[in-house]
Amino acid sequence: MTHFKKSLGIGLWFMFLTFPLMVVRVNTIDNVIEWRWSNVVWVGACAAAIAWLWQFSIERRAARHAAALADPHPQAKRHTLAQRLSDDPALTRRALIVAGLLAVVFPWVTSTTQNFYHINVMVSALIFVVLGLGLNITVGLAGLLDLGYIAFFAVGAYTYALLGQHLALGFWICLPLGGLVSMLFGLVLGFPILRLRGDYLAIVTLGFGSITKIILENWDTAFGGAAGIAGIARPEFFGMTLEGRMQSVYTYYIVLALVAATIFIVTRLKNSRIGRAWMALREDEIACEAMGVDMARTKLSAYALGAFWAGLVGVVFAAHNTFINPDSFTFMDSAMVLAMVVLGGMGSILGVIIAALTLKLLPEYLRAFAEYRMLVFGAVMVLMMIFRPQGLINDMRRKYELDTADDADGGDDNGK
Amino acid sequence: MDYQYLLELFCGGVVKGSLYALIALGYTMVYGIIQLINFAHGEIYMIGAFVAFIVAGILTFSGYSGLSVLLLAAIVSVLYVAAYGFTLEKIAYRPLRHAPRLSPLISAIGASIFLTNYVQLVQTPDFLPFPELIPEFEFMADISSLLSSADLVILVVTALTMIALTVLIKFTRIGKAMRATQQDMIMARLVGINVDRVISWTFIIGSILAAIAGVLIGSRSGQINAAIGFMAGIKAFTAAVLGGIGNIPGAVLGGLLLGIAETFGAGYISSAYEDVFAFALLVIVLTLRPAGLLGKATKQKV
Amino acid sequence: MANERRKLLEVSGLTMDFGGLRAIDSVGLDIHAGEIVALIGPNGAGKTTFFNCVTGIYTPTAGDIVIAPPDGSSRRINGLKPNAITSLGMARTFQNIRLFPAMTVLENVMIGRHCRTRSSILDVIVGGARTRREERETVATSYRLLEKVGLADLAGEYARNLSYGAQRRLEIARALATEPFLLLLDEPAAGMNPQETLELEALIARIRTDNELAILLIEHDMKLVMNISDRITVMEYGKKIAEGTPREIKENPKVIEAYLGEEAHA
Repeated sequence: MTHFKKSLGIGLWFMFLTFPLMVVRVNTIDNVIEWRWSNVVWVGACAAAIAWLWQFSIERRAARHAAALADPHPQAKRHTLAQRLSDDPALTRRALIVAGLLAVVFPWVTSTTQNFYHINVMVSALIFVVLGLGLNITVGLAGLLDLGYIAFFAVGAYTYALLGQHLALGFWICLPLGGLVSMLFGLVLGFPILRLRGDYLAIVTLGFGSITKIILENWDTAFGGAAGIAGIARPEFFGMTLEGRMQSVYTYYIVLALVAATIFIVTRLKNSRIGRAWMALREDEIACEAMGVDMARTKLSAYALGAFWAGLVGVVFAAHNTFINPDSFTFMDSAMVLAMVVLGGMGSILGVIIAALTLKLLPEYLRAFAEYRMLVFGAVMVLMMIFRPQGLINDMRRKYELDTADDADGGDDNGK
Repeated sequence: MDYQYLLELFCGGVVKGSLYALIALGYTMVYGIIQLINFAHGEIYMIGAFVAFIVAGILTFSGYSGLSVLLLAAIVSVLYVAAYGFTLEKIAYRPLRHAPRLSPLISAIGASIFLTNYVQLVQTPDFLPFPELIPEFEFMADISSLLSSADLVILVVTALTMIALTVLIKFTRIGKAMRATQQDMIMARLVGINVDRVISWTFIIGSILAAIAGVLIGSRSGQINAAIGFMAGIKAFTAAVLGGIGNIPGAVLGGLLLGIAETFGAGYISSAYEDVFAFALLVIVLTLRPAGLLGKATKQKV
Repeated sequence: MANERRKLLEVSGLTMDFGGLRAIDSVGLDIHAGEIVALIGPNGAGKTTFFNCVTGIYTPTAGDIVIAPPDGSSRRINGLKPNAITSLGMARTFQNIRLFPAMTVLENVMIGRHCRTRSSILDVIVGGARTRREERETVATSYRLLEKVGLADLAGEYARNLSYGAQRRLEIARALATEPFLLLLDEPAAGMNPQETLELEALIARIRTDNELAILLIEHDMKLVMNISDRITVMEYGKKIAEGTPREIKENPKVIEAYLGEEAHA
């Protein structure tokens, strides 16, 4: 009952709070005031309902905390399907094969020679999957909150556009070049700023991101200004230029291969000496350094590697769109990639992929949703931090098996 | 050297800087107490400008005009924004009081995105013309090229606000509680200070300052839109860091310096890159002197 | 310990100021091969600050810290970064436990192997035979260390789920993984019950002989300190006030007044 009363109170509070902005609209063209009274009712009802849910969830969260404290080794954890998947290697392999097959046949099933809209949508979504996985290295694994990540994406895209325009270099040469130039940027920028504490680093990277955009917008002679650069060449296929549907399918396979390569490499890194050092850094910088990890180098490697991926996929982005301008590289884009990492679960590869596909595809197919997209992103980021900071998919730690057969020469008495 | 031009730039910088300072105070007060970059503070300021715009609109269309409209708009705006600041803290930050450091920051970014888009959806993403609420004073005619009437009002209001804030922090009960909480939250709680309430008040006061800045900037620049909070927020944060975050006089000094640096950069180098100067200043200060101009470097306890 | 005992660590005139406050005032301390040395003193005497200076977390205001690893070299390490000092062969634990909570117990120890392994990013991506072997060795070594501190059964558990005593032992295992010749333990028995403290005592003794290293420890549990230490250094208000064998320290009037006297007055 107290919940009910409280919810009602909160509903009223939000009716008051949102009143001027949601009800009144000053029409400055006809000089009249529009009153939208129905909104008050909506806000009140929704706020009360959400408040009720909120209190319920907060209580559940508190109960979970208490339970975790009482029993540090829960025997029967509830596992989501995805978690079971990542726990069982045989199942994982089968799921991977199925997902891979689906991805391969996707362009042929969903398109005709006239209509290949779905392929192009999927290419855009997969580009963001790679971006998400790249930022996952920096933010998810190493814990370096980068709010200007999209700038590296821009560096890759502009590298290809400019090299193509001035030197007529092809896509396949520019692909690694875009990644490398972007990584170089990451190294140069990262060197002075990576000493900064986490939250300061976030703001400085945000600054870099914004500076990049302002320069792209204003330096007309070099970067085409706000109009951007048009007529960028699509990827060539052994010297041939493909047309129409084939071109889209080809680009799709390129991005798909890039996604596969990224997953492979990031998984390897994650379960290695390097990945462990990144995660330790995320957990406790002082302890990490005291255990012999070179902090500056480790941070820089995570930052630069993240940049490399953004640059790489930036080239693909430019080639896919054949046109780029600074509007594709705003803070909101950085925030969106960050939302993918946060939503997917920091450090979890599968989680980031699912989140990236959802966040990119949902607005595309649910036009009604598109309008509220950023509003929902913002709310989701807040809610995730409060109720599920580990993300949709908890990053399960790998179990290391002690390989006794290989270790026979070692043995216990040979211990250090 | 054109002396007149230099003076004009300087005055413009001071006016701009005092507005940055007003917003920066909100950042610095919150950071001083809970070590959080309240990323949504810029949006709070934007909402302040919008509420003032709406109230002013209703009043103007009903036939009122002049300073009374400004005053009423400012009062309503301050009330509403205080409520927004209070609610924001309750929802987005309080549940994360004991979470890892980056969680509240991400939550703050989410809140910022949410609020921007909320205003964009329920109002408009376009620029709106903010009515001219500050009349031209006659005695200002001689120096109008240096300082307009709006500028004068801004300077006076900012100065008064800051004096009021200083008095509040130095002499009132809540001010003392705030200072105690800033020094040591656990100790403050032990001696019976209601820390949650102090934090709420910090957000409310910071938001009020932002609302005042919102009204003033709106009536000076003549237009507002839902995105103005982002840039203003970043710049005010820069000002806070420049002065030494957590340090109240530092925020004022930082704001003024930033405003002056920006107008001089825009006036002598290029106005297209105005924002770049602010960011560059931020990056330079944070890398060379992260504690800011007035801040003290602290050693992390191991 | 057979031949003339080598000095491993030689600290002289170590001084550390924080602003106007002198936290450590010209303290000297030597540690020889195979020794267990205890650093004791009332709270706020500057013991942890001393550790932080020696392990590179703080750069001392004045004084010399010279280490001589068993390979025969010798080096002044003032102002070196913590990771460089760890690579040279000194490892530590923390008074307020600093594990990597969201990593498993085994992974925590594997981090300690970081400075003793070489695989680069490119090596890892390629995944060659040498890298795979190195990874296997890392797992095996870490596992053996966990067995040594009695945590092998919990290898797959998150570090944050361990009990207090187990977390302290895990910190020791993690430090040992860096192959130190000198191990610095900051209040290893804090928060342990008497039974756990006894086990810890045995563990420290075993580590000394098995791993052939010297140990410097800060500890408040006097029974543990007196039982295990070869020599004891006493600090108060940032100064060294006494030095000697446990028996000498027990009978030193200055120590009784400054340190044990504290209890008598309380």
